[in-house]
Amino acid sequence: MAKRYDAIVIGGGHNGLVNAAYLARAGRSVLVLEARDRVGGAAVSEQVFPGFTFSVFSYVVSLLRPEIIRDLDLARHGLHILPLESTVTPMLNGDYLGQWGDHDQNRRELYRHSPRDAEAYDDYGQLMLHMAHAVKPIISMIPPDPTSLSPRDLMGLLKLGKHMRGLGPDKFHALHKLMTMSAADFLDEWFETDVLKATKSASGIIGTFLGPRSPGTAYVLLHHYMGELDGVFRAWGFAKGGTGSVSEAIASAARGFGAEIRTSAPVARVRARSGRVTGVVLDNGDEIESKVVVSGLDPRRTFLQLLDSSEIPSELGDAIRKFKFRGSSGKVNLALSELPNFTCLPGVGPHLRGAISISPSVDYVERAYDDAKYGAFSRQPYMDIVIPSMIDPGMAPPGQHVMSIFVQYAPFNLEGGWNDVQREAFGDAVINTLSQFAPNIKAAILHRQVITPSDIERVTGLTEGNIFAGELSLHQLFFFRPAHQWARYRTPLAGYWQCGSGTHPGGGIMGASGRLSALEILRHT
Amino acid sequence: MLNVTPFHPRTSALCLSQAWRRWAGHVVASSYELNHEREYHAIRNSAALLDVSPLYKYLISGRDAARLLDRIVTRDIGRLEPHQVVYTTWCDSAGKVMDDGTISRLDESRYRLTSADPGLRWLWDNATGMDVSVEDVSATTAALALQGPLSRAILERLVGRDLSALKYFRLSHETARGMPITISRTGYTGDLGYEIWLDPASALPLWDALVEEGTPFGITPTGMLALDMARIEAGLMLLDVDYVSARRALIEPQKSSPYELNLGWTVRLDKGSFVGKNALAAEKARGAEWQFTGIEVEWDSLERLYEAVGLPPRLPSAAWRTSVPIYAGGGQVGYATSGCWSPILKKYIALAHLPATLGEGTHVEMEMTVEHHRKRAGAVVTRTPFFNPARKRA
Repeated sequence: MAKRYDAIVIGGGHNGLVNAAYLARAGRSVLVLEARDRVGGAAVSEQVFPGFTFSVFSYVVSLLRPEIIRDLDLARHGLHILPLESTVTPMLNGDYLGQWGDHDQNRRELYRHSPRDAEAYDDYGQLMLHMAHAVKPIISMIPPDPTSLSPRDLMGLLKLGKHMRGLGPDKFHALHKLMTMSAADFLDEWFETDVLKATKSASGIIGTFLGPRSPGTAYVLLHHYMGELDGVFRAWGFAKGGTGSVSEAIASAARGFGAEIRTSAPVARVRARSGRVTGVVLDNGDEIESKVVVSGLDPRRTFLQLLDSSEIPSELGDAIRKFKFRGSSGKVNLALSELPNFTCLPGVGPHLRGAISISPSVDYVERAYDDAKYGAFSRQPYMDIVIPSMIDPGMAPPGQHVMSIFVQYAPFNLEGGWNDVQREAFGDAVINTLSQFAPNIKAAILHRQVITPSDIERVTGLTEGNIFAGELSLHQLFFFRPAHQWARYRTPLAGYWQCGSGTHPGGGIMGASGRLSALEILRHT
Repeated sequence: MLNVTPFHPRTSALCLSQAWRRWAGHVVASSYELNHEREYHAIRNSAALLDVSPLYKYLISGRDAARLLDRIVTRDIGRLEPHQVVYTTWCDSAGKVMDDGTISRLDESRYRLTSADPGLRWLWDNATGMDVSVEDVSATTAALALQGPLSRAILERLVGRDLSALKYFRLSHETARGMPITISRTGYTGDLGYEIWLDPASALPLWDALVEEGTPFGITPTGMLALDMARIEAGLMLLDVDYVSARRALIEPQKSSPYELNLGWTVRLDKGSFVGKNALAAEKARGAEWQFTGIEVEWDSLERLYEAVGLPPRLPSAAWRTSVPIYAGGGQVGYATSGCWSPILKKYIALAHLPATLGEGTHVEMEMTVEHHRKRAGAVVTRTPFFNPARKRA
């Protein structure tokens, strides 16, 4: 008779691993099943070309919850997050905008573009810090159901209501603006420097199929300030060894608590009897029993692929079919023989240790979106570039480099569909655009890996290649994530739980969904 | 990259200590000599030459210049005469202090505002609809402070005329060796002293001229460490050290009103409408709950704490800028924000935020770490300035 587990976690992405670690820490016997030959999901480091290690998909650690770092003692398991402090945006006129970690240096640079913005920047930062502080409790809260009359939901709503009232009118109004305005409109109220607005608003569109002028994108600006609240934890940065090392550290912690992790073990479906989960069936036909099964996969796979359609109410099935994925971004990973030489800042400098943002104007980014709206990839895309080997020399052979280029927009539903020709054309568009700002790039490329949303879906399983396991847009957050009434990690099937990024709060290598889900499971089982 | 001041070629050559600190995005000398002691004594004994160029400076001109300033600051700028200078605070609409600085009326229609924090956007935003021009002249105006009992004698040589008619908080446009400069009878030391405002192009020749004229009078390039001691003796507060700007405060208790900072005298409720006026009028009627005041540590108490561990009393060699709890009646009642041993007063003094109910002469206790252990030394609430020589206003 095969071993029985207290819980099975489907998917060894970072949220699944966090979930398993918390369950194992509470004394449960846990099995993690990962389809690929390695854990990490979209947070993996791979030696794609000999000697060159890439964070193939997700490339920065954003907001990894400090409580997870503490609870799982991730530092002891090898987590080392290195600073990634600056963002430099090359401009079309040959100038650049630098945003630097040091306040005085940053002010001096902004002052060069606009004395007014140099001052507005501090006041804006102050407001956003206040707002992040105000919103943060919501992020670490299990969403109450606003339509339920159960005592727990009512208490949760009361808490939420009190919190909102406690913000005071100024912050409440600002929050209202953040929730309803576009990033570009919101930033217009603060700044006059177009390149500054373009670069800031670009952070509001990442992972969405929206443009900087689409309403609702302002809210995501806040996420950038949430990391600041964690202060000393440096929850925003570059993981030594790539993002795969974050997954490895969490996996190591989970194993330390007794969890078992099985790779190359794809799950075919979840087994149930009389509205209750009984275990899982693997692709190879093996059956493993468990009264608790947790899915770290995205909502579509969780509900529509792993379950038989008869197992869930048709309204939920309908809500999940409507849940928007529409992956909008791709990646280009380069192995380089030498560093890029940017025309705006020639030579080697501190700018190569931070992010390089290709977002020279709001119009540029909006135009990139225009292409995508009608089914094409952006001919001149928005790009967020980092050179991990400048931060962790172990990522490439001495003197050579790896470059990670996050590219938006690359719509999953490309006109004519993605194929090898389209993939290479997309890669060429990226390199051609980049070479306008760093002319030596073409000659420096030793190897090139181009990843389309279709590739993301094929390799990681993320539906339509959406990097957040479901678009992080306002109508898909909090008690709507992934569907109303099912936003608290439960499913209609007793014993079947959700823990992926497609649940609240989702987004980035945060781990919050995995943790909150585990806490909820431990409360109820 | 940090900015350097127009005097940097001179100050960097003189800075034997290689001790620099940041001030408003610039590097300035903490001390020039290996120890700042002689620099401190120059302020009180001869003449200290300080590079104060990093100050934020704004030129406000045009028909509505005074109107704009009056709308922002708490002092009555309508009554400011040409060539007069005032010290003032400015507040947010809740009457909490955002910054403090001076306003100089350079002539009929031009005013210069100095501030500790950038204030350009605040000025611009409040100037909507006014016939006024606001210009950031921080980088285009170099500034020196010449402070100390012999400062007048040196300046008189520099400009070649008697300056005794230049009264406290007045300014005069002068020419020094052909270079136009503005001299104001102001400073941050509580001593006889002047500040000199000039075109950065004249910075080096003017520095050289001052050093040449001043050497027989003991002119001493002086850094921030010495200045910090002098300003505490003078009871002059410092933004980000003694109080938090209302713009930067993260929580309400971090903010202070002018009344709470003992700057009620700068608030003119009898002038027209200005930012924060209603809140300030209400607070004045109600009475401030806090005061910003001096305390003097009692020597005998301090000595006993050290004697108990077999050590002679130890005193800070430079001013400190940390929050130190103040106790009364057993519990903590407030906190000191900066303090130093005053060599001229021979007293250990500090500036503190205390409940308004603790009047002058009240006995309190200040936390003190004696040989790794937290102790409390007796102290007395004292009116500031601690040091207030007649020559300050002469």
